[in-house]
Amino acid sequence: MDSPPISTAATEARLIDDSEEFRTLRRSFRSFAFPVTIGFVLWYLLYVLLSCYAPGLMRTKVLGHVNVALLLGLLQFVTTFAIAAWYARYADRRIDPAAAAIRDAHGAVVHAPRESAE
Amino acid sequence: MTVLASSATEHRGLTMALFGLFVLATLGITVWAGRQTKSASDFYAGGRGFTGFQNGLAISGDYMSAASFLGIAGTIALSGYDGFLYSIGFLVAWLVALLLIAEPLRNSGRFTMADVLAFRMRQRPVRTAAGVSTIVVSIFYLLAQMVGAGTLVALLLGAEGNAAKRWTIVGVGALMIVYVVIGGMKGTTWVQIVKAVLLIAGAALMTVLVLAKYHFNPSELLGAAASASGKGEAFLQPGQKYGSGTAKLDFISLGIALVLGTAGLPHILVRFYTVPTAKAARKSVLWAIGIIGVFYLMTLALGFGATALVGPKAIKAANAAGNTAAPQLAEALGGGTGTTGGAILLAVISAVAFATILAVVAGLTLASSASFAHDLYANVIRRGKASEKEEVSSAKWAAVAIGAVAIVLSLFADKLNTAALVALAFAVAASANLPTLLYSLFWKRFTTVGAVSSVYAGLITSVTLVVFSPVVSGAKNSLFPHSDFHWFPLENPGLVSIPAGFLAGWIGTLLSKERPDPAKYAELEVRSLTGLGAH
Repeated sequence: MDSPPISTAATEARLIDDSEEFRTLRRSFRSFAFPVTIGFVLWYLLYVLLSCYAPGLMRTKVLGHVNVALLLGLLQFVTTFAIAAWYARYADRRIDPAAAAIRDAHGAVVHAPRESAE
Repeated sequence: MTVLASSATEHRGLTMALFGLFVLATLGITVWAGRQTKSASDFYAGGRGFTGFQNGLAISGDYMSAASFLGIAGTIALSGYDGFLYSIGFLVAWLVALLLIAEPLRNSGRFTMADVLAFRMRQRPVRTAAGVSTIVVSIFYLLAQMVGAGTLVALLLGAEGNAAKRWTIVGVGALMIVYVVIGGMKGTTWVQIVKAVLLIAGAALMTVLVLAKYHFNPSELLGAAASASGKGEAFLQPGQKYGSGTAKLDFISLGIALVLGTAGLPHILVRFYTVPTAKAARKSVLWAIGIIGVFYLMTLALGFGATALVGPKAIKAANAAGNTAAPQLAEALGGGTGTTGGAILLAVISAVAFATILAVVAGLTLASSASFAHDLYANVIRRGKASEKEEVSSAKWAAVAIGAVAIVLSLFADKLNTAALVALAFAVAASANLPTLLYSLFWKRFTTVGAVSSVYAGLITSVTLVVFSPVVSGAKNSLFPHSDFHWFPLENPGLVSIPAGFLAGWIGTLLSKERPDPAKYAELEVRSLTGLGAH
């Protein structure tokens, strides 16, 4: 089990890894996932920090007993749902078809040796 | 407390009957699933035959633990707005799992988290580290569930219930061992699905009843909660629990641990292996986000409803940490103490809470025993030479042992809020598991030394800081309230231990002399993004 010798599967994987189609797929995935992750983490941290250090703003009443703090909290729910839906759409259009194309082109070669190696 | 307990005692037969019904139904499912469990892939991954929707429900079932139901409702009921952070952090965290972890993990792993971490590393050291951290995180999490179980019994049986409480914890532990050993992943998944439906239905019923009392006007509910809390509008603003300088840091620490912890929880990660493809894994997270999001919105109504209708005094009298706020609210909604309606609703909600605890405990036991068998036993002790049958049978023995450890530990931890306890599990997961997972998947240069250092640094830092925190000693609600050896001021270690985990992985990699194998990384990358060669 310890680091098997470089098999045909691994060399094949390297070829795919260097191919134009795969680079495009990787770029599509990373250019969405990385910035969006940084974005929502910062947005969440902003909310946490405001809760701690901006009591004046947070206690401002908006409607009845509903204040800014509660609204910002609920807004975190809204943005979470929205980002999830956005990614689902994006993946359907940009990631799944590209991944399927690569799978179809190379499927048999990489799959078989990997299965038997495990 | 005594009034509540006596009225509850009269109808505890009903709770027991409802809970017994759940146990019988789920045992039936377990036996049925057990008959179909033959291979290791059946036992660990339910044959990978679940749909995205089914797995989404099961993930929700695994995630909406006693901490979410009893703990968050209690924290909101006692600390008002500050308790809301749990709901938000627990939900936003799913985006990390959705965007970065679920699909690559499904494609590149087989049964456990360590499959991904060890993919391009030396197997034994990485699997050892990942196995140990899986078991530690799961035990923290288990502890929280068992504490919840104990509190519920104490509520139902009153002061006389001390022995009964111990027996319940032992009983819950024994049942979960049966679920895991017989039903494997398939049985456990169905138990989660049944429980998720029950819990959502129970929470929805209570939410509607609470809102109905206030003409379906949330602002009116908030106003009633604020005035019943005795703190006025301040109750609806940040700062009740986390008001002072150090407490604010604790709030930030908790916030970071919550948002980064989910994607490192072993019992959640193994759920992604129960579906056939990465796309199905993505769909299960999408369903889970929807279900869990709605549930956490409801906890807001439950928590503020408990403040308004039960009152902080009565909640604190029943359980200082607030763990019983939700069942107490159920009793109040049914008509109050001493009424039949109140007793019935209390019985129903308590049974749902028991079901919740039992299911989560089963999920945790399965994940940790799977990691013991697949990572520590098969790959480290037997060096990959164990047969599938030996591996699965060692998983079953591990389930028995881990269950026993959880039972013993939880007999000592009943004063802690279950949500706070679970937050510790999140902190450990975010410190030890998440950095290693992210580096493994996305950093080409990452090495074995880096992986091992980031797991151990995250694990040791977070656990050490917890041991020397006010959670364990030096405060009224500590595990050992009468001694004081704490020097770390925060209850949640995330603020320090998560950066420590990331930093150690980075430094370990830079200092190690080994050259990472570019071919293995190419293989991991291709497999994780396209599913080529995935199990």
